[in-house]
Amino acid sequence: MKLKRSTVDALTSYGIVIAAFVIAQLLISSGSMSRALQGQMIPICVYIVMAVSLNLVVGISGELSLGHAGFMSVGAFTGAIVSTWLLGAFNMENTTLRLLFAIIAGGLVAAVAGVLIGIPVLRLRGDYLAIVTLAFGEIIRSVVNCLYFSLDAGRLYVSFNSPDIPGKMIVSGPAGTKAIKTIATFPAGFVLILFTLFIVLNLINSRSGRAIKASRDNRIAAEAVGVNVTKYKMMAFVISAMLAGMAGALYGLNFSTFTAAKFKFDTSILVLVFVVLGGIGNIWGSIVAAALLTVLPELLRAFSDYRMLVYAIVLILVMLATNSPVLRGLFARLANLLRGKGADAPEKGGISRV
Amino acid sequence: MSERPKRRSTTKMVPMPSQAIIPERDVHDIPVLEARHLGIEFGGLKAVDDFNLTIGKTEIAGLIGPNGAGKTTVFNLLTKVYEPTTGAVLINGRDLHGLSIVQASKLGIARTFQNIRLFDKMTVEENVRIGLHNQIKYDMLSGILRLPRYWKQEKRQHEKAMELLDIFGMQDLADEVAGSLPYGVQRRLEIVRALATDPKLLLLDEPAAGMNPHETEELMENIAKIRDRFQIAILLIEHDMSLVMGVCEGICVLNFGRVIAKGTADEIQANPVVIEAYLGKKKEAAT
Ligand SMILES: Nc1ncnc2c1ncn2[C@@H]1O[C@H](COP(=O)(O)OP(=O)(O)OP(=O)(O)O)[C@@H](O)[C@H]1O
Ligand SMILES: [Mg+2]
Repeated sequence: MKLKRSTVDALTSYGIVIAAFVIAQLLISSGSMSRALQGQMIPICVYIVMAVSLNLVVGISGELSLGHAGFMSVGAFTGAIVSTWLLGAFNMENTTLRLLFAIIAGGLVAAVAGVLIGIPVLRLRGDYLAIVTLAFGEIIRSVVNCLYFSLDAGRLYVSFNSPDIPGKMIVSGPAGTKAIKTIATFPAGFVLILFTLFIVLNLINSRSGRAIKASRDNRIAAEAVGVNVTKYKMMAFVISAMLAGMAGALYGLNFSTFTAAKFKFDTSILVLVFVVLGGIGNIWGSIVAAALLTVLPELLRAFSDYRMLVYAIVLILVMLATNSPVLRGLFARLANLLRGKGADAPEKGGISRV
Repeated sequence: MSERPKRRSTTKMVPMPSQAIIPERDVHDIPVLEARHLGIEFGGLKAVDDFNLTIGKTEIAGLIGPNGAGKTTVFNLLTKVYEPTTGAVLINGRDLHGLSIVQASKLGIARTFQNIRLFDKMTVEENVRIGLHNQIKYDMLSGILRLPRYWKQEKRQHEKAMELLDIFGMQDLADEVAGSLPYGVQRRLEIVRALATDPKLLLLDEPAAGMNPHETEELMENIAKIRDRFQIAILLIEHDMSLVMGVCEGICVLNFGRVIAKGTADEIQANPVVIEAYLGKKKEAAT
């Protein structure tokens, strides 16, 4: 049976991600990866998921969102609270199970936030939408800054703007989370990437995904053939928020303490940079850009003071490279060779240009 | 002097659109379209004023008029891109008042655009599949989880899309990116996409624009074929008079937002008001 090109592309993506994971694991177990780089493995997974999910909104749905870190924040705090609560209230010792529940909870709460924010935001178009998402990202941060959670004898206490709640603090406002058990693992991050790819790639190549892309390409034409544009923009936005929430939960559980300040506007922009550098709408590009640019500061340690300067130069070079027709042609020919179609097959479709 | 009645009805009486003409074979069916006293203003300018039109169930009708007459605006009113300032649109007897573009589409009205609006970055087949959005459905979760329903409906979509593309012999182009196609092919693809929504009334806005005489000839035959095969009504805007006169049964002439004539091809061609509207336009063009 001849497989559809999109299916082949998706399978290739899973294959490459799995191969990369195996190689990284081998490097870690053989001791040939530096401690510092090992510490970057979970953040890499987190940022890959962040970038791919943001690409769903920016690239596939065509709406510029500047508040993606807000959903990450919601997921991170939800995950930390749920994990601590499961341990305190139910004595759930199994860290894998706790991590799983924490990530699911982070995704769900972020999805709810996505719905609430999406309702007003998706009525707006273009620049307005970008500005309002930016504002919402900051609002989420300010609200989280005023939240206090504590656990006392298995009961969860919440308060707004006041630390007067009994028991052991889990989240204390601007000071962030307290003494959270760091249960995030690299394999969990790897599974989360596969999960994200599964959702996003399958969505793109389905009826709903086509409706999302149609709404992006030509709103009036999409409506004229009966596509409910708002519904499909909402779908992309909420799924993206959910995935960001899951990534956030994993991220949060990688630190014993973190504050809402971690998920500032800068983080939203950083993720957007990954998406833009990897190519808007290009899922593969998002993965590669997020992975490279997350480890890059670590790799550039040798440059000490000049680190950020070199980082900036690398960014510019990557941008030039990904936009160079010569290099793109080369990549396209390579991709065609890999598919076994010969170098002369025209570049077309595929996951790189959904 | 007689006693005046105590109460008087305050109902405002309006004349119904008269002079409606439809093909004889359609008189026993509800007209697919009835536009009554339709009007819209843009900042004081009456782009369309008191527009009345009735189209029979299987009629091929033409809407003609000089540039800027308001033809495209009529299409935008019929498809709910604009909410009319006055009047009503009825599709199969259902009033479109307050409905959205999407709801109008679901009631069976489909269109093409004067300035082509395809989903440029998607393939020809995908464009048609989006036209099938409300015809062959499955929900988001079936799609993500690739449930049996996904495979079944995707297959049906593919088969239906191919069947529709075959109308214009475009099956070979299924995997081409829509935006890369020649102009004439893009116009045909727009028609196929519109047909995919299973409309009762198809609106074509200058379908022959950018086509050579040979292509136009072919298009004319295909328009008639489409009507025969799908048993739908077609309303087309066109500047190519050979096409309009060749294929349209009823023709409506618009000038400065108002209907100036209605009739068959012969009647329209002999109508002095129409001739003046077109000659007047020529004079303007010369200056
Ligand atoms: N959205 C709008 N806002 C303001 N004016 C408009 C708008 N849409 C149309 N008009 C005006 O309404 C008039 C009719 O335009 P319309 O596009 O319907 O003409 P047309 O008959 O389709 O012409 P053509 O043959 O050139 O396509 C024009 O004067 C146009 O400028
Ligand atoms: Mg027009």
